[in-house]
Amino acid sequence: MSLFLTQLMNGIGNGAIYASLALALVLIYRTTGILNFAQGEMALYSTYLFWYFTDRGLPVIVAILLTVVLSFIGGAVIERVVIRPVEKSSPLVLVIVTIGMFLALNSIVQVQFGSDIKTNLPRAYPRHVWRPGDVQISTDTLVLVGVLILECLVLYLLFQHTKLGLAFRAVSSNPESSRLAGVPAGRMLMLGWALAAALGALAGCLIIPTLGLQASSMQSILVFSFAAAALGGFDSPVGAVVGGLIVGVAQSLTTQYIKSLSDIVLVVPFALILIVLMVRPQGLFGSRRVERV
Amino acid sequence: MSALLAVSELRAGYGAVRVLHGVDFSVDEGEVVVVLGANGAGKTTTLRAICGMIDGQGRVELAGRQILGRKPEQNAAAGIAHVPQGRGTIVDLNVVENLRIGAYTRGDKEVDADIERWLSVFPRLGERRDQQAGSMSGGEQQMLAIARAMMARPKLVLLDEPSLGLAPIVTQMLFRTLGDLNREQGVSMLIVEQNANLALGIATRGYVLETGTIVTSGSAAELAGNDEVRRAYLGI
Repeated sequence: MSLFLTQLMNGIGNGAIYASLALALVLIYRTTGILNFAQGEMALYSTYLFWYFTDRGLPVIVAILLTVVLSFIGGAVIERVVIRPVEKSSPLVLVIVTIGMFLALNSIVQVQFGSDIKTNLPRAYPRHVWRPGDVQISTDTLVLVGVLILECLVLYLLFQHTKLGLAFRAVSSNPESSRLAGVPAGRMLMLGWALAAALGALAGCLIIPTLGLQASSMQSILVFSFAAAALGGFDSPVGAVVGGLIVGVAQSLTTQYIKSLSDIVLVVPFALILIVLMVRPQGLFGSRRVERV
Repeated sequence: MSALLAVSELRAGYGAVRVLHGVDFSVDEGEVVVVLGANGAGKTTTLRAICGMIDGQGRVELAGRQILGRKPEQNAAAGIAHVPQGRGTIVDLNVVENLRIGAYTRGDKEVDADIERWLSVFPRLGERRDQQAGSMSGGEQQMLAIARAMMARPKLVLLDEPSLGLAPIVTQMLFRTLGDLNREQGVSMLIVEQNANLALGIATRGYVLETGTIVTSGSAAELAGNDEVRRAYLGI
């Protein structure tokens, strides 16, 4: 039982990371209608920035804040420079563009920062494991879940209680009418990408120090996040969070209890994506758009 | 009375297809002007070019200033509220949120008071303030689109076939409301319509658009009495 609870806690911790990245995917999908395959590599680049700053001696917290702010700006720039020129193209073109960004960013980090594994990433908090009973709960889990809750709270307040958030939701739903009402739609799309990049950066800064940083660090995490977003529904922020936690827990429990899967962990997200697409394509919380005209 | 909106030699189209071949008309302060035309005459294109959703050549002046080439959001800020064809409500937002978006360009403190005011002008909306726009009936959504346009405190409201897809009785009520808004609020309107009967009923003046050019113009009464207009658009 205690093993089960320990794995459950681990799963929730990992799930919080998947949830953060899934939230980023949802933000971009809702505003620009794009599945951003480059989301993981954007976070990867951010994490290399974080490594660079700490390697230069910046305190960890300062490095994280600086990374998140720069990523926010970088996300906005990517929308404006890379996505805007092709935003009216077919979905196929957009997918190819994000895959192109995926490859480009992955190569850029190796050219810019070297292809060796960086193991000297400092942690933002001391590692500690509590043992209430026989269950093990690490600070990783608590911090990751805490950050996720904070992210949700900030996004909720932004979207539900500010004029900016309302404009953002309006543009996500109907860009043309929003512009006719005076909402600068382009700026809202930049905001979506900026927020997504910032979320990814934060997730990267928190999870990568426990894994080691190299060019492939974010790839399996992104697959789990896609599974989370597909499970929850690509247009639902709540779905992204719930989906992320489910995927995280499913991953840690299956690898614990099904020994044959422990070497091929990626089976879990792929199986989840497949099942969701077959049974409920819009995801658990996604809306199948019903409109009266 | 000065021309609030003056359109001259307006040419516009989609890619290589030219839809408008030099359109001239004007809307004076406080007027309701109706542009009649069959499907494909260029009515929607005219409105889209005026508000900046598509590119056009020629002149479109709002209170004497050329606005052609500006973005829709700039024209919205300048006082043009466009109620597009198919209503254009923001379906994922509720009634109050839609109205709030209508006031996006305003910076004053009276937005909340205005929301209450329009909810009382349109009681059907007042009963559904927290309902998602997408789940409302066509007539309710059209009312919402108009109320949202009014939230901007616009100088000019552009209405693209407001009667489209509505039941006759709803359409009648809609045009009565538009007439009231014009009389009581003094808001100027440019309405493009196929439903000539009702539109001419509230209009000051009108134009007939055929294959991208204005072919007839006159006061609402003149147009209603014009034999050709009667045959083509009034079904008499």
